[in-house]
Amino acid sequence: MGSSLFTPLSLNDAGFILTGVLNTVYISVVAISVGSVLGLIVGFIRSISKNYINFIFGAFLDILRTVPLIIQLILFSTYVGVLGYPLDPFVSGSIILSLYTMAFMSEVFRGGFDSVPNSMRIASRSLGIGYWQTIRYIVFPIGIRTVFPSWLGVALSVIKDSALVSVIGYMELLRTSELLITRSQQPLEILIGVGIFYFIISYPLSLSGRHIERKMAI
Amino acid sequence: MGDYEFHWIIVYRALPQMLKGAFVTLHVSVFAMFLGIIIAVFLALGKMSGTKILNIISNSWIEIARNTPALFQMYMAYFGLGAFGIHLGPYKAVLSALVFINAGYLAETFRGGFQSIPATQLIASRSLGMTSIKAYRYILLPQMFRRVYYPMTNQFVWSILMSSLGILVGMNELSGETQRLQSLSFRTLEFFIVAAFLYYVITKFVLYIADLISQRVFKGDI
Repeated sequence: MGSSLFTPLSLNDAGFILTGVLNTVYISVVAISVGSVLGLIVGFIRSISKNYINFIFGAFLDILRTVPLIIQLILFSTYVGVLGYPLDPFVSGSIILSLYTMAFMSEVFRGGFDSVPNSMRIASRSLGIGYWQTIRYIVFPIGIRTVFPSWLGVALSVIKDSALVSVIGYMELLRTSELLITRSQQPLEILIGVGIFYFIISYPLSLSGRHIERKMAI
Repeated sequence: MGDYEFHWIIVYRALPQMLKGAFVTLHVSVFAMFLGIIIAVFLALGKMSGTKILNIISNSWIEIARNTPALFQMYMAYFGLGAFGIHLGPYKAVLSALVFINAGYLAETFRGGFQSIPATQLIASRSLGMTSIKAYRYILLPQMFRRVYYPMTNQFVWSILMSSLGILVGMNELSGETQRLQSLSFRTLEFFIVAAFLYYVITKFVLYIADLISQRVFKGDI
């Protein structure tokens, strides 16, 4: 009797889950690429600039890091709504997720640029290489190379945090699965499938990150 | 600013309830951290031990915790466990998800901490007639906790922030309470601005306390 109340899972649901998968991948790729580029710029500015500029940036990044992502998403999407320009969940989700990524990436890149010894810059300048060329050919390649494992770690955590964009109504993987759970009342099967999906994306990447870290440590 | 009028008085009247929510947030994360640390020590030891079954258990716990979203764990605790006849309330669901993740992340940190202690110390303490438990209790654990103190505070802050996922399972911590209060008046923006501010204050306060403890207990050297 009870089974007539809920429609069990069927093959049609695969397409629905697949849109969730694609949307998760899509928003993660956008957030990671935009966040990395912004983080690279902010990290570079923070590594070369004086204290007061650092202080302003630092305070802003601090807020992005100490307020939970879920609150940031709700605040931003209500705020643009209040201003009279309601945005698509995807747009507001990727703006906030990119800024959140930027906050972590900038620290990662800043650490990388700071790890390049100053004597290297002095040496390259004394060889007649220009300032921007020094940055382009000396500081960037060395700095970015050293922080690659941390970059990968942040990127992985962004993939996982992208699940939170569901609170403002974006149809990513976890939200589609939640809707399916509501309809079919088969939470365990669906959730295990979702867990396996995240695991097969995240686990190989974290393994390769550890591998690279070990290779570079020697 | 558009033509939006802020009505702070509603938030002001609801402030006691929000502070109560903030207390629940702090409470659940302290509890989750405490249980997480205890389990993580055993997971780290299990991962380093030679016994195969312990290896498999701790490896799968650590990898699942580290490679799936926190929200997934929370749904698993709240909806998924029902399939086994375990029905957790919101508080217990959030707590168990946080404990699971904290233990997984901290185990890896602790393993690093244990491995940074020279192996000869364990051998030396055993040869002085200490039992294995005593050697861990008096020699290895104190040094390990000292070395992983800062990663541990980071994990604690992270778990405070992640307890905000309680909003999705209807828990009465800061976010969930804010969500409930704003649904009475639809002053979403005001309520969540205050919530964001409270999270900021809580996080800074915890970091400050952690710094004080490290100065008092470790006397400055990491």
